Amino acid sequence: MEQRNVDLSPAELLPILPGHSSPGRFERVLRAGKFAVTTELAPPDSADPSQVYERASVFEGYVDAINATDGSGAHCHMSSVAVCGLLTRAGYSPIMQISCRDKNRIAIQGDILGASAMGVANILCLTGDGVESGDHPQAKSVFDLDCMSLLQIGRKMRDESKFESGRKLDHAPSVFLGAAANPFAPPYEFRADRLAKKVAAGAQFIQTQYCYDIDLLKSYMQRVRDLGLDEKVFILVGVGPLASAKTAEWIRKNVPGVHIPDAVIKRLAGATDQKAEGVQLCIDMIQQASEIAGVSGCHIMAYRQEHAVPEIVERSGILSRRNSRQPPVN
Amino acid sequence: MYKARLWSVKQSRLLEAFYNRFELVIVRLHPLWNLIGYQRLEKPFAVTEKVVKGFMFDCQMCGQCALSSTGMSCPMNCPKTLRNGPCGGVRSNGNCEIKPDMACVWVKAWEGSARMKADNVHVVQFAVDQQLKGRSSWLAVAREKNNTAGNG
Repeated sequence: MEQRNVDLSPAELLPILPGHSSPGRFERVLRAGKFAVTTELAPPDSADPSQVYERASVFEGYVDAINATDGSGAHCHMSSVAVCGLLTRAGYSPIMQISCRDKNRIAIQGDILGASAMGVANILCLTGDGVESGDHPQAKSVFDLDCMSLLQIGRKMRDESKFESGRKLDHAPSVFLGAAANPFAPPYEFRADRLAKKVAAGAQFIQTQYCYDIDLLKSYMQRVRDLGLDEKVFILVGVGPLASAKTAEWIRKNVPGVHIPDAVIKRLAGATDQKAEGVQLCIDMIQQASEIAGVSGCHIMAYRQEHAVPEIVERSGILSRRNSRQPPVN
Repeated sequence: MYKARLWSVKQSRLLEAFYNRFELVIVRLHPLWNLIGYQRLEKPFAVTEKVVKGFMFDCQMCGQCALSSTGMSCPMNCPKTLRNGPCGGVRSNGNCEIKPDMACVWVKAWEGSARMKADNVHVVQFAVDQQLKGRSSWLAVAREKNNTAGNG
């Protein structure tokens, strides 16, 4: 049969360095000890690929990787596996989010293989929000796995080249595995212990929930260091600009797991330009977080304010500081 | 029953001691279970387990009981059926993201575990095997422990 002319490597992948799990840039940045920057792309409610590229182009040159959310907030959008497939074709470095809410272990393992085949090097394993908070509350929630089991399965596929069932894979997916953490929700005293479980299950990097309370983050990181977890996992602190005091109040009331202290709302309410103050607050948070031992980067979630990401990165001074540093000696 | 469930978590230390003894008896009675036949015992055991654990823990009969690892708070009552919770959605008052009037099953689990002797809450639990749903986990323990003892 005649071989069709197909480009089998649509993604721009790097050779896997010794001790690395993936052919991606994101893992290289972290392992080189650089302060990493990631952001989040809101998948379009559309079948038009150009919308994905438009949204991604905003971040070009400012981030190390782009998260593609998987039905975030239990709302329906273009699938994360498809968004990632499109992004790798254009040379972006996506982090594919997988939520356990909508798919069972059969579908998820298929997605991991498919994504890796399309050049996806990073996977973020999430449990996911309940369907009740989304636009299809009448849906059946799956939760066949939780994020821990998903991490274990991802690791098994990569390291043992096996499905969860034990059946052999012909080619293992080379993926860098991540998970989320929320230091800002009760039970605070056990949050670091739960992180330890995620690390034991296979998490190599962590992206946290939005941080608006630096003191809470500091005490969490203290416990993380006490447990020696900062040596085992790269932690990226989640940040994001708040559009106004009113938005902040709304988020606090309606978005599960986001903790916004009164002081933050007061600061926004007192500003003449609330939007600019929100951006400044986000920059302050990045700078303060970057000074905490054990923090390896930041994850900027700027929902509906994506255009502000380059400014936030620029003004935070992360990239200029990073580039002025001496290259690591190998 | 919700109130009984909360009481059980408060008494996690006592229930742990009780269960450890209970398990010992069940495991030792393996020859008897073998004589009668595990298959034949499955139904009466499952029914008893459902009634007793249903009242005390709101047990959902997943068939692979994790109460000893979850501070006597049944993880199957979590709307996301998390086996390694709590998720990031816990409300500031410690209640569930999805059921605002219910205390988070996993906030309770960590509290209960802190009172217990064994430190199993730190061990990662793998996802449930749906094939075991509705079956007796007591009998499973008796069979499993005797099999591993025999093999080892």
